[in-house]
Amino acid sequence: MNIQFKPEELIISTIADMLEGLSHVAIGASSPIPGSAALLARAKSKGKLRVSMLGSEEHNAFTNGGTELFDCAAQGRIDAFFLGGGQIDGRANINLVGIGEYPRSKARFPGSFGSAYLYFLIPRIILFREEHTPRVLVPKVDFISAPGISAENIYRPGGPYALVTGRCVFIFNKKLGSFCLKSLHPGHTIEEVDEMTGFTYEKPINIPQTPKPSAATIELIRGLVADEVSETYPAFAERVFAN
Amino acid sequence: MSLHLDNINTLIELIDSGNKLALAPDYSGCAMKAVRYLINHKVRDLHLVGVPSIGFQGDMLIGSGCVSTVETAAVTIGEYGLAPRFTDAIKKGAVNIIDGTCPAIHAGLQAAEKGIPYMPVRGIIGSDLLKKREDWIIGNNPFDKEDSPLVMVKAIAPDVTLIHAPLADREGNVWIGVRREMMVMAHASKTTLVTYENLYEGNLLNDTNMAPGTISSLYISALALAKNGAWPVGLFGTYPADDTHLRLYIEMARTEDGFQNYLSQYVLDKEIKE
Repeated sequence: MNIQFKPEELIISTIADMLEGLSHVAIGASSPIPGSAALLARAKSKGKLRVSMLGSEEHNAFTNGGTELFDCAAQGRIDAFFLGGGQIDGRANINLVGIGEYPRSKARFPGSFGSAYLYFLIPRIILFREEHTPRVLVPKVDFISAPGISAENIYRPGGPYALVTGRCVFIFNKKLGSFCLKSLHPGHTIEEVDEMTGFTYEKPINIPQTPKPSAATIELIRGLVADEVSETYPAFAERVFAN
Repeated sequence: MSLHLDNINTLIELIDSGNKLALAPDYSGCAMKAVRYLINHKVRDLHLVGVPSIGFQGDMLIGSGCVSTVETAAVTIGEYGLAPRFTDAIKKGAVNIIDGTCPAIHAGLQAAEKGIPYMPVRGIIGSDLLKKREDWIIGNNPFDKEDSPLVMVKAIAPDVTLIHAPLADREGNVWIGVRREMMVMAHASKTTLVTYENLYEGNLLNDTNMAPGTISSLYISALALAKNGAWPVGLFGTYPADDTHLRLYIEMARTEDGFQNYLSQYVLDKEIKE
């Protein structure tokens, strides 16, 4: 059976698979796709996964205000989190500040949020950026909001786990300090990914395709997940899930 | 002596040009109505502190020329895109930006709350943020003789915190529920000004359900009633954001002229006459 799905739905399903077996996933600001993925993973976990979503009143059990997420992370109580970046480089450095000379950036992004802290403390940081172009995936970021790797003497139980884009999935190899291509999304080619990636990365000889979501997964995404995520991200839910 | 003022204008007069002003993000308690008064009042040289980020109120204050410095983990309007007046001001070099990260801002306020000069914070080392911050220092964990670097963040003590809350009582106690970053803001600031949506009949501190989410009047300098005081952003548990108006703002604030039009239609001298 050939199931029709949107690019967003493939990414949501792919990220949700990376959260399987975890206990607690937190979602930061402006993260509708990671938020949807976490809610999907929670639905599949039959209640085992806890999701704490910033900006949500329904899906957020923090009672100590804005500080609790950070306190929780430092204690190792959060297993996975998502970060993005206006620029991401091959060492998994991320830039959430701006392009060009700082501080008078040519293009200014919102800012670093909690990245300079959470990237160090949460074991499974999934980098997510839908746009996969040489202007986003660069050889070297213009500003390091948070570094991908740290010296031995720096307390760092956390760090990059994967990079998910609109074209493919990379896994970060901490020993090598570089990304390795894991799978190509259906309809995308290695030539295209090579051309659109500004940094160098490892690749296996045979590159698998990113698994397509099953009919049951699509049903969950369009039903429960769409409904749950719309509380925090109404515009996103309307754009992606409304028929 | 009652902390309650008759109107928002009197409340806003307690904010002076040059003040370090702490504000909450869009999902917390934004005193948007008071911010419109503040713009009318033509304060200048504010040093905004986003706790830990700021949204529409920051963008409007920056666009109105009220701000010289922005200290924040982000200026974000979430799903609506990039904050137009902030982005423009950065490009022109019209505001000084002090880029931070959320937990460091919380920690700085907590240090002020505790009356201590600094607070250690995990992470940050290796971030370019650190290079630009004279108020962040790399120290060593004093309990560990080994090489164990740790960032020390200087205390942040705002002159004024300005927030909007769902409830306040006649005594001047203010209910903020689980949005407890506003409690830290109030504890850390010299002056805390509050607009509130509804008057709570009775004393919030005498209600065991309400007291844990209440900022004691001990920390409150003055309050004023402001119905729909967070509009056009939402107020947690009370009302959602006015999506249509926020889109209109984004559209108009795209250009300097458009923003001036927005001000003359929705901000300047409108509400003062109410």
